[in-house]
Amino acid sequence: MFDFITETALFKEYEVYIMTTIYVLVIMIPLFVAVAYTTWLERKVIGAMQVRIGPRNVGFRGLLQPWADMFKLIFKEIILPSGANKVLFVIAPVITLASAVAAWAVIPFDAEKVLSKVNAGLLYVLAVTSVGVYGVIIAGWASNSKYALLGAMRSAAQIVAYEIAMGFALVGVLMAAGSMNLGEIVLAQKGTNGLLDWYWLPLLPLFLVYFISGVAETNRAPFDVAEGESEIVAGFHVEYSGMTFAVFFLAEYANMILISALASIMFLGGWLSPFEGVHNFLWLGIDMHALTAWVPGMAWFFAKIFIFIFLYLWFRATFPRYRYDQIMRLGWKVFIPITIVWILVVGFMVLGEVSPWWGATA
Amino acid sequence: MTGVQFLFYAFAAMMVFCALMVITVRNPVRSALFLVLTFVSCSAIWLLMEAEFLAITLVLVYVGAVMVLFLFVVMMLDININRLKEGFVKYLPVGIGVAGLFGGMLTWLLYNVEAADLKTKMRTMYPPSAKPADYSNTEELGEVLYTVYVYPFEIAAVILLVAIVAAIALTFRRRTTTKYQNPDQQVSVKRDDRLRVVKMDSEEKK
Repeated sequence: MFDFITETALFKEYEVYIMTTIYVLVIMIPLFVAVAYTTWLERKVIGAMQVRIGPRNVGFRGLLQPWADMFKLIFKEIILPSGANKVLFVIAPVITLASAVAAWAVIPFDAEKVLSKVNAGLLYVLAVTSVGVYGVIIAGWASNSKYALLGAMRSAAQIVAYEIAMGFALVGVLMAAGSMNLGEIVLAQKGTNGLLDWYWLPLLPLFLVYFISGVAETNRAPFDVAEGESEIVAGFHVEYSGMTFAVFFLAEYANMILISALASIMFLGGWLSPFEGVHNFLWLGIDMHALTAWVPGMAWFFAKIFIFIFLYLWFRATFPRYRYDQIMRLGWKVFIPITIVWILVVGFMVLGEVSPWWGATA
Repeated sequence: MTGVQFLFYAFAAMMVFCALMVITVRNPVRSALFLVLTFVSCSAIWLLMEAEFLAITLVLVYVGAVMVLFLFVVMMLDININRLKEGFVKYLPVGIGVAGLFGGMLTWLLYNVEAADLKTKMRTMYPPSAKPADYSNTEELGEVLYTVYVYPFEIAAVILLVAIVAAIALTFRRRTTTKYQNPDQQVSVKRDDRLRVVKMDSEEKK
């Protein structure tokens, strides 16, 4: 179709760069659309949970509401506080968004659909997401405002605490799969028992710790003390307005989707079907493997992401905000000991070749 | 100049510039942020050398954890720059001496009697051959670390553990004046602990 372009000498010379840019756009644009509709979904779901209707006036069932919000925020004035450090003030939201987006480079969507098959993919994701906290810290400091600084302090302490638990949970996955390549981690969960082959079962404590730490890392309710509008107004982004504020929100939702994607890759078998190799479903003689063979892997992957996104929204509608010292206690005194103990257990399980996850049958 | 060379010089220049800014900028927070940028450019250079494990770990450990704590402290402290600069003239000779020593050592190394030899070596030394795509730097490093260097590695780990225990022991003291809550007790509280229902007759209207 595009022969007249792909045949040119100029294209051939820069093919790698051009194709990579196109692949990046193919990931980025749907991601931002997904972010926009996550905000719509959030308002609808929380509305339903609180017996309200949610947005309904802009477009059919309020489906155009995210676009209306976006245009409103784009045309709003960006206010630079007079006492702020101008350069850092503008860079902060960019850092937050960049780190949220960069991690998508190694996320495998299907067996061969991944932008970059990095060997140390797991480490890369952990490193890139840990840079995101600088956006919050710099925003809080550059704003030159008490509330913003308090929010930044809380966020820094919280993220350092939960990153350790998160890292240890990933060590468990790494030991179980024997690889840091996200694609190979998914393939290590492939077996003949469908969803029982995934790591959520043998690594259940790590799975729970990972997802709860993920909620804390993205500063979402009930761990949103960095914003804490009832205590410190809006935390680190009090002074932000218009598009700079919107970029923070974009990053927060992109991070939510990212954590959901990572949790589904590491614990729920990524693009694998839950009926993989299940030829005799519940001993009823139904061949679910053949029945669901037509579903593309990506559909399963997106369905799993959706489950986690829904959990995020459910948490927000259900739980009251944690108190700051309780968050610290949970992170340091509960999660880290749990993960350390379970890493030992995983070690013994891998050594003992516990089936069906390890050993010859896996 | 190839793309890789361009990237190397770009990141190297950025690293030297940021390292200079770390020691010349007046504001301690900005200085810490420049140190972060130095680490990031260093990690980019390591990536160019195909040492991806070291590069990623540098970002993860130093940028993601150590410098966050550093900034945390620096932002809270009200550091007086003028007092820090007080000893500048006094220590200037020592500083010049150390700088001169290092500069002298480098010059000696580069322009020694063997300089001619070194120059030819540098000219004829080719970059190491690129590794195949399935080469895992992480695995290689792990293998060496847990076989050849297992004792140094474990001794380093024990030293770090001792440091952690010492740091906690130094700061851990229970102050009797602070009030704190015990969540276990809070959760397991019974109705009878908190509430007493008193039966009494209603008062007569006078």
